[in-house]
Amino acid sequence: MHPIRKQRLQVVILIVVAASVAAGLIAYMLGQNANYFYTPSQIAAGEAPINVSIRAGGMVVEGSVLRSQDSLDTRFKVTDGAASVEVVYSGILPDLFAEGEAAVATGILDANKLLTARQVLAKHDENYTPPEVAEAMESASKQTSGQPQGVN
Amino acid sequence: MIAEVGHMALIVALCLALIQMVAPLAGTFLGHRSWMNLGYNLSLGHLLFVTIAFACLVSAFLNDDFSLKYVAQNSNTELPSYYKFSAVWGAHEGSLLLWSLILAGWSAAVALFTRHLPLVFTARALSVLAAISVGFALFMLLTSNPFERLLPVAPEQGGDLNPLLQDIGLIVHPPLLYMGYVGLAVPFAFAIAALIGGQFDSAWARWSRPWINLAWMFLTLGITLGSWWAYYELGWGGWWFWDPVENASFMPWLVATALMHSISATEKRGVFRSWTLLLAIFAFSLSLLGTFLVRSGVLTSVHAFASDPERGVFILAFLAMVVGGSLLLFALRGPAMQKVANYSGWSREVMLLINNILLVSSMTMILIGTLYPLLADVLDLGKISVGPPYFNFFFVPLMVGLLVAVGIGAFTRWKRTETGIIRQNSILPLSVSLLGALVAPLWLGPEATALSESWLSGYSMGAALSVFLALWVILVIAQDFWQKLDGRLSRFRKLSASYWGMQIAHTGLAICALGIGLSTVYDQSKELRMVPGDSAQVAAYRFELVDINQHPGPNYLAYRGEVQVYRQNQLVTVLFPEKRTYNAGGQVMTEAAIDASLTRDIYVSLGEPLPGGAWAVSLQVKPFVRCIWLGGLLLALGGLLAAGDRRYRRSRAKSQAVSPTSEVVSA
Repeated sequence: MHPIRKQRLQVVILIVVAASVAAGLIAYMLGQNANYFYTPSQIAAGEAPINVSIRAGGMVVEGSVLRSQDSLDTRFKVTDGAASVEVVYSGILPDLFAEGEAAVATGILDANKLLTARQVLAKHDENYTPPEVAEAMESASKQTSGQPQGVN
Repeated sequence: MIAEVGHMALIVALCLALIQMVAPLAGTFLGHRSWMNLGYNLSLGHLLFVTIAFACLVSAFLNDDFSLKYVAQNSNTELPSYYKFSAVWGAHEGSLLLWSLILAGWSAAVALFTRHLPLVFTARALSVLAAISVGFALFMLLTSNPFERLLPVAPEQGGDLNPLLQDIGLIVHPPLLYMGYVGLAVPFAFAIAALIGGQFDSAWARWSRPWINLAWMFLTLGITLGSWWAYYELGWGGWWFWDPVENASFMPWLVATALMHSISATEKRGVFRSWTLLLAIFAFSLSLLGTFLVRSGVLTSVHAFASDPERGVFILAFLAMVVGGSLLLFALRGPAMQKVANYSGWSREVMLLINNILLVSSMTMILIGTLYPLLADVLDLGKISVGPPYFNFFFVPLMVGLLVAVGIGAFTRWKRTETGIIRQNSILPLSVSLLGALVAPLWLGPEATALSESWLSGYSMGAALSVFLALWVILVIAQDFWQKLDGRLSRFRKLSASYWGMQIAHTGLAICALGIGLSTVYDQSKELRMVPGDSAQVAAYRFELVDINQHPGPNYLAYRGEVQVYRQNQLVTVLFPEKRTYNAGGQVMTEAAIDASLTRDIYVSLGEPLPGGAWAVSLQVKPFVRCIWLGGLLLALGGLLAAGDRRYRRSRAKSQAVSPTSEVVSA
């Protein structure tokens, strides 16, 4: 092979190898750090994986927020209207967190379907509901009223 | 009435832009000098009419004209007038008008300051800029008209500006960011003009450079300010979240940075021409993509976007036309494989290539991480959010590599550098920075964390790495100054503005990296339940919550805490964090209280009231966090200095005398 061609071939192979390694690494890291969203109904049905970081959300159930007397530990339930999931969180809750309002928790689900959250997000202004929560509520209400389930 | 004037002004501006898009460009092919000359005056006229439209909207806001839908939604009579002014770009329609105004401004600046360039080139560049103006004017008039009326019944009171946006940072942040975003349209237009004309020599690169530097400077300032704003306004002390909106501004910055470096090689050595052209195209395309991501609602929900697709589809189509059109043009006219490059090994060309690979890789990984959740949602693969660990995993090593390269790059020469020179120049900075990196954490660790068990137990490799990188870059720069001066201070004046710009920007990068590293490693924080009278220890500081009282503000009611901060029983500062409830929408806002200094920030914010008179309180000590924004400011200053280099102005006089394409050899 002509030396210049040989050199070019080496460069091309190097680029292809480097690009494949980078693509593989990116795909792997995306898989590791992608937090999937599950509705309380899906969690109740056992569709959500345990001991993996996930997101779950819905409306905070009225009267479900329990605060510890001596720390910032909080327990509450979120519901999509059909099922609910219990969340524990230790730390400051967002400004717009309230009973009857939407919230999304990121954390790890245990075998008893208790979600230990490391982050809780509430809607970030008065008129905004997180789209995941809005869709979860909508699909749950369709299921309970017996209508065909919409595409979510 | 004033709204109709604004609306008409927008339509006139659109018409002027349409003529400017067609006439000068057509003139360059038909050889009509008068058509080509039209570009200059048309862009000034366009600026005039967009300014009139903008002024009309400002006056509607200042006079509380709630018959305008946009004003009614985003303003309120109680709002202080400077926030009424900034509310003009507080939401979608107004920020597009600001975008158009700034584009008109850049375009007029090109018309005013490029008279010395060949007429054919300027005429084409102005036509390209006008085409972008047409796109945005149509977008506003067809889908997002800020002058839309709420008739016949105008509300008595407006909806109020989002309290998050009621802040000095938000008065300046969007205009700066847009100056940067839109400024990248100028090198884009120059690149397209060069492609149309088939001329991509050193002269083209030299004409583009000051514009790139200026746009980059504004983008840097905008991002720095945005990060600083998020830090003190969002109330929990984070300064970067890898949020899609932030990524949207960071991606064009990375590519623009790569462009600044690659174009220097194109100008000085005539290499990387195609690559530089591509970067100019991509930098602006990413600006448009950022606008699309932030403005179309696609981030909030792909489905909401699909159900009201008008705006998103427009931007997407515009984006496709810009990217597709320019890439097609590039494929047809791009420089054929140029002369065989003659550089090797440790040349400056290779270091710039490494810089470009690292920056473009960073951008690609951010782009994938930002778009993947959208793609997954569209394909029904589930609702995903990509966490910061993904971004940090790639970004940190890439930037470590970049900082090492910045140091080596400072003492490499064009074409070829003797290994002896590399060895000779790196010995001193390398050994001093290694030594400093080993020793610094021994002192920084106990100082920052106040853990005094054993001075080795808190030793942080992350801190050692940050100190090493920062020292390495700064020492190499210092050594370079020393060699340039060669013992004679009078030589200071001989150093060019672009040399100063480069070294200041690189110093800024090193300081920013130091701030990021040390504030991440040594950050100490506690979230606590406190009643007045309680105290808590964080790092070397003792925080005492004295009291929490009600405190009325102009358009809100606040709970205001008083927190005394002690260090070894000496009062350091008294902080007053607030929790505000705004009158208009009842929104609740956290106003953190910060005691800032170069070596550490003390950051206190109130969470929520708890039963029993207690409050959730967040107490944080953040060493060297200021360095992040100080570094950002130095980067911007560097960009400004480099843009003002006399070389770009000198070439004006020269290019009129000699032929415009002749190469100006400069040191």
